[in-house]
Amino acid sequence: MKSDIILAGVGGQGILSIATVLGEAALAENLYIKQAETHGMSQRGGAVYSHMRISDQPIFSDLIPGGSADLILSVEPMESLRYLPYLSETGYLVTNITPFVNIPEYPDIDQLMGEIRKLPRFIAIDADAIAKEVGSSRASNMVMLGAASPFIDIVFSRIENGIRTIFSRKGEEVVRMNLDALRRGREFAEANR
Amino acid sequence: MQSYLFLGDEAIAQGAIDGGMSGVYAYPGTPSTEITEFIQENPLAIERNIHRKWSANEKTALETALGMSYAGKRSMSCMKHVGLNVAADVFMNAAMTGINGGMIVAVADDPSMHSSQNEQDSRFYGKFAMVPVLEPSNQQEAYDMARDGFALSELTNVPVLLRITTRLAHSRAGVVRKEVLPENALTLPADPRQFILLPALARRKYKKLLSSQDLYQELSNDSIYNRYEEGQDKSLGIVACGIAYNYLMEHFPTENCPYPIVKISQYPIPENHLKWLRHECDEILVLEEGAPMVEEVLKGYFTEGKLVKGRLDGTLPRDGELNPDWIAKALGMEQFGGYDIPKVVVSRPPALCQGCGHQDVFNAMNEALADYTKGRVFSDIGCYTLGALPPYETIYSCVDMGASITMAKGAADAGLIPSVAVIGDSTFAHSGITGLLDAVNEKSGITVVISDNESVSMTGGQDSSAFGKIESICIGIGVDPAHIHSIVPLKKNHDEMVKMFREEFAWEGVSVIIPNRECIQRATSRKRNIK
Ligand SMILES: Cc1ncc(C[n+]2csc(CCOP(=O)(O)OP(=O)(O)O)c2C)c(N)n1
Repeated sequence: MKSDIILAGVGGQGILSIATVLGEAALAENLYIKQAETHGMSQRGGAVYSHMRISDQPIFSDLIPGGSADLILSVEPMESLRYLPYLSETGYLVTNITPFVNIPEYPDIDQLMGEIRKLPRFIAIDADAIAKEVGSSRASNMVMLGAASPFIDIVFSRIENGIRTIFSRKGEEVVRMNLDALRRGREFAEANR
Repeated sequence: MQSYLFLGDEAIAQGAIDGGMSGVYAYPGTPSTEITEFIQENPLAIERNIHRKWSANEKTALETALGMSYAGKRSMSCMKHVGLNVAADVFMNAAMTGINGGMIVAVADDPSMHSSQNEQDSRFYGKFAMVPVLEPSNQQEAYDMARDGFALSELTNVPVLLRITTRLAHSRAGVVRKEVLPENALTLPADPRQFILLPALARRKYKKLLSSQDLYQELSNDSIYNRYEEGQDKSLGIVACGIAYNYLMEHFPTENCPYPIVKISQYPIPENHLKWLRHECDEILVLEEGAPMVEEVLKGYFTEGKLVKGRLDGTLPRDGELNPDWIAKALGMEQFGGYDIPKVVVSRPPALCQGCGHQDVFNAMNEALADYTKGRVFSDIGCYTLGALPPYETIYSCVDMGASITMAKGAADAGLIPSVAVIGDSTFAHSGITGLLDAVNEKSGITVVISDNESVSMTGGQDSSAFGKIESICIGIGVDPAHIHSIVPLKKNHDEMVKMFREEFAWEGVSVIIPNRECIQRATSRKRNIK
C-alpha cells in the first residue's frame, strides 16, 4: 500500500490538522509515514503545502517525486492547481471550491473551476457550506479529509479514530462535529466521483 | 518498539535531551526554531531543569553554551545558517580552545531560501574551523547524531557541527528513542589555561587542532554514518551526502541501486570510501544539498582525470534545494512529469496579517516621507520586511540583522539626511543596540523606528529579549530623551504618528520612535490559551 498526498492551502488555513489526523490513522495501522511541512515565512498568508507519504514499505524521500502523487487535497481552489506537476496520471484532485482571497489579482473563480474540470479525476466540494451545516465553519478541513478518504488506502474507521484522538481534549461536541464533517465529505465524494 | 513521529528538528531536540544535555542556547531562526521549542515543552527537559530560554542572539547563545561546556556539562547551541555568521567568532575560537563538556552546534541551512536571505552551506564552517561535521540523512540519524554527538565532541575535544537543511528540519518520520543518558557532573577543565587564547598559548592550541585532524579523518572513515554500498554497474559511482541519499534511494526502493554509492553523513570527507569509489568507477556523480563542497574537492583544481559530475558541470542546477526529480534526470531516468500549472494561477506571497501594527507604521511613514525624495528607508529582518511589497513599498534594504541602523548611519554620513531605519524589537536587541551607539556618538542625522510588537513574530511568536526595556536601552546609550517617542500604532493615532515622524525626520540628530502594539497573532494565541 502506498498513498502519496499533496496537501495544499494558504498559511493560516490549518492544513496540518488534516495531516495530523491522517498521521494518527496511519500510525495505528503500523504504516510508515513521512510528512514534509511548510514552516516559516509562507505561514504569513502565503501558499503552503505538505507532502504526506504513507506506505507499508520504508519511505526514502521526504518529497514526493513529480508526476507521482496519488492525491492532491486542497482546501482552496487556486492552490489545488499550483501543485499539478506532482499529480500522477491516475491521481485524484480533491478541492474545496471556496476561494481564499488575500491578494489583489486573485483570478476569476470560473476560470479556475474550468481548469479543475479539465482534469480526468477530480472532486470539487463546497466544504465551507457543509461545515456550516454540521455546526462550525472550522470543521471544513475535516469535510475535505472526508472527501479525499475514498482515495486514501486507509480503513475509514481508522480515520474516524484519528479524529477522536486528536480532538478529544476539545470535548465531545467538537469530536461529533468533526466526525459528521468527515462523513458528509466522504458521502459527497462517493456520490460525485 | 514505540516510534515517535518527529520533525527532524524535534528528533535533534529529543536526541540531545536523551544524550544528557544540560542546556540549550539558541536564537530563533527558520528552519532551526523547532529544536529549542521542543525542548522548552518537553517534560524530561522540564524535570531535569535543562536550560532552555532564548538568548539575545546567536553569538551570546554559542558563548553561553561554551561556558556550560567549560563547567563540564553537555550543551547545545542552535541557529539558522546565517546565525552562524553572527556566532562565527566564538565558533572558530571554540575549535581552538576545545571543549570540556560535550558541545553540539546545530545549524539548519535553508537551500532555495524558503525563509532566508541566502543559501550558504554551513559545512564550510565546519571545514573552516576544522571540526567534525554530522549531516543526517533522515530523522532517525538526526536523533542518533544529537544523542551521541556529545560523546563524539568529548572524544575529539572540539564542538561538533550538526548540519541539517530545511527539508529534514521540517519533515516528520518515525524515530525510535534509545536509553536516556545521565547529565555530566560539574567539573572544571583539567588544564586551567585551556580556554586562554593568548598568542603564545593559542599557537600551541592550533598545532594541537592541526594534529587532531588525523583522528577526525579516521573517525569519518570508520563512522557508522558513512558507508560504501556495492553496485554492479561501475560506469558510474555516486556520492550522496546527507538527505541527498534519500532522494537517490527513492528511485531504487526495492532493488538495490545498480551503481556503487558512497553515503556521507560525517565529515571530514571519508577518504577511504572515496578513494575506493574512484578506483572502481569510470565517472563520479556527486549529490549534495547546498554548495558543491565535496564535488569541488573531488574535481580538484586541474580538471584532468576522472569525470566528476554534479552542480559544477550543470548535471544538477548550481543553486536551490535538491529533489528526487533532479536526481532522476541526472541518472537519465524517465518520469511522467505531471500536469502543467495553468496560466491563471498567480503567486501568493506572504503578507502582513490583517490588524498588524506594522501596517499602521508603514501607512504613517509613507505619508510623512512624501515630503522627501525616495530611497531613504533602511530596514531589517522580520515581519516588517514585508513593507517592501505593495501596497507599502516603504523600505529599500534588508541585509542582515541590525543593518538597518548602521546602513542608515552610513547613508547619512554620505549626505542622505534624513536617513531612516525600521527595525523590530527582537532584531534591535539582537544587533541593533551597538549600531545605535555609533550613531549617538556621532550625532548622525537618522531616525530609528523600532516597530515593537513585543514578540519575535516572523519565526512564530517567541519571547523577545528586549521586552519592556527598549526605551530604557535607548536612554541608557545616550539618545536624547526629548527625541524618543512611543505611540500605539492604531488607525485612530494615525495623524499623531505622521506628525511625530515629520518632526523627527526634520531634526538633524538621532531620534527614536517606538510604535508599540502586541503582535496580532501572539495576542490571539495568548487569548486562546487563557480560555
Ligand atoms: C542572524 C539571524 N538570526 C535569525 C534570523 C531569523 N529571523 C528572521 S526575522 C526574525 C525575527 C525578528 O523579530 P522582530 O525584529 O521582533 O520582528 P517581527 O518579526 O516581530 O516583526 C528572526 C529571528 C535571521 N534572519 N538572521
